[in-house]
Amino acid sequence: MEVPILKQGPVLIATFQAALSDADLNQLRSALVQQVVRFRSRGVIVDVTAMDVMDSFASRTLREIAHIIRLRGAETVIVGIQPEVAFAMVQLGLTLEGVATALDLEEGLAYLNQKFKTMK
Amino acid sequence: MAKRDESSELLRELVAHLRQNRTQLREEWVGSISETRLLTAMTKEEIFAEATSVYDSYVEALETETFEALQAYARNLSERIIPRGVETHEVVGIVLLLRDVLARSLFAKYQTDFKKLNRILDAYEPAANRIANTVAVGFVQERERVIRQQQEAIRELSTPVLQVRERLLILPIIGVIDPQRARQLTEQLLRGIRTNRAKVVVIDITGVAAMDVTVANHLVQTVEASRLLGATVIVTGLSPEIAQTLVTIGVDLGKMNTVGDLQGGIEQAERLLGYKVMALAEPN
Amino acid sequence: MSRVEIRVTISSDQDIVLARQKGRSLALELGFSSGDATLIATAISELARNIVSYAGSGQIALKDLQGSSRVGISVTASDNGPGIPNINQALRDGFSTSGSLGLGLPGVRRLMDEFEIDSKPGQGTKVVVKKWRP
Repeated sequence: MEVPILKQGPVLIATFQAALSDADLNQLRSALVQQVVRFRSRGVIVDVTAMDVMDSFASRTLREIAHIIRLRGAETVIVGIQPEVAFAMVQLGLTLEGVATALDLEEGLAYLNQKFKTMK
Repeated sequence: MAKRDESSELLRELVAHLRQNRTQLREEWVGSISETRLLTAMTKEEIFAEATSVYDSYVEALETETFEALQAYARNLSERIIPRGVETHEVVGIVLLLRDVLARSLFAKYQTDFKKLNRILDAYEPAANRIANTVAVGFVQERERVIRQQQEAIRELSTPVLQVRERLLILPIIGVIDPQRARQLTEQLLRGIRTNRAKVVVIDITGVAAMDVTVANHLVQTVEASRLLGATVIVTGLSPEIAQTLVTIGVDLGKMNTVGDLQGGIEQAERLLGYKVMALAEPN
Repeated sequence: MSRVEIRVTISSDQDIVLARQKGRSLALELGFSSGDATLIATAISELARNIVSYAGSGQIALKDLQGSSRVGISVTASDNGPGIPNINQALRDGFSTSGSLGLGLPGVRRLMDEFEIDSKPGQGTKVVVKKWRP
């Protein structure tokens, strides 16, 4: 199952489906990095609203995506983590430290726009 | 063994008597219930209907000398009458009244044969007492269950997630926090963040009496989980003693954004949200 | 005394997803809240991942628990992999033999109510975790 990536101005938006395998996640990571380079994007939003489980692998992949993209000079924000998923994540000790988070797509875009302003 | 057989034999005779005089004895019992002003929360018809069922279960318990059915009925009855405000003394009262009504009818039936009366009562009394006991215990257990349920409901209500401004929530925590309540708090807060689209949360723990390592870890987890939803948490009201304890037991306070008191916390929250609060005019 | 038993063979990352989906639906069927079902599904995901990364293949068995006064779910993860040489160390937070996040056993223990592990080097690993409905 491939993760669709949408380009909206300087921002790329990747929307996760419910049941992603490790291979899907790895595929997403390389696709995102490639497209950030290709479109010279300044921000990436990863929307995980549909994800019902965020385990250590998914969490680590998200962190890696954010770090790699930062090395390309762009910002990543994770949006849409569900309350129950967040609760399970912190029990597991997965806190996505150093990665920006926002409530939903709208908030994620607002966060990035704010960032772009201060970066100028 | 012989004695037991005899007792069973007598109980059978007793049960036959109670079945034969069902209508009259039941009437007498209902009469004495209203005379003594028990079950005032119920209508006459309701009392009569319940009395009929209780009477029949009572006789059945005497006959079979098993109490499970009666126990189940007592619990079911309690479940129905507790919400109407029926008290323990009333339930015990009506069962004792029935015991007396039946005992009197035995006196009347066997008044000419004193020896037989004594033997009948020897068989009847222990069984009757056990019935009274079963019903009373059933009622009290049901009441305790209701109380536990209410306590849980109160607990849920006792920690309101308040929206003070758009996108700003306050969670005042008061009292003792156990792991179960801590989890409830976290779930409530996370749901609140989503439904109110909150960006900043002030958790005020001024009213928390004591904090051990488990509760402190829950607090840290709540802060982390809120951040995963995109909300910033400010903790206020952390006393120096509690702060000292937390540091000593190795809780990483660096992950927590703390401000001395609730007012300061709200002010910082407003700054984070971009609000600027000022007086409309200089006070005189 | 259990009525249901679901076995999922774990040999690839696709099976991890399947196992946790089955676990979630069994948990919901048994009356767990969706919050608890998420905790259970997450624990299954971690256990299944350990099988894939450390043993290559194994099995996840899901069962209901019918106690006298309570209902629960049990998850058994078993494999014939290399085993864990030092269990105490593996149960300590922050320990991992493969990179920044591995094993995740302390986390799984926090997600569930009961946790048992049996492992010997060369003889595989068996982890049994249980959660009771509050």
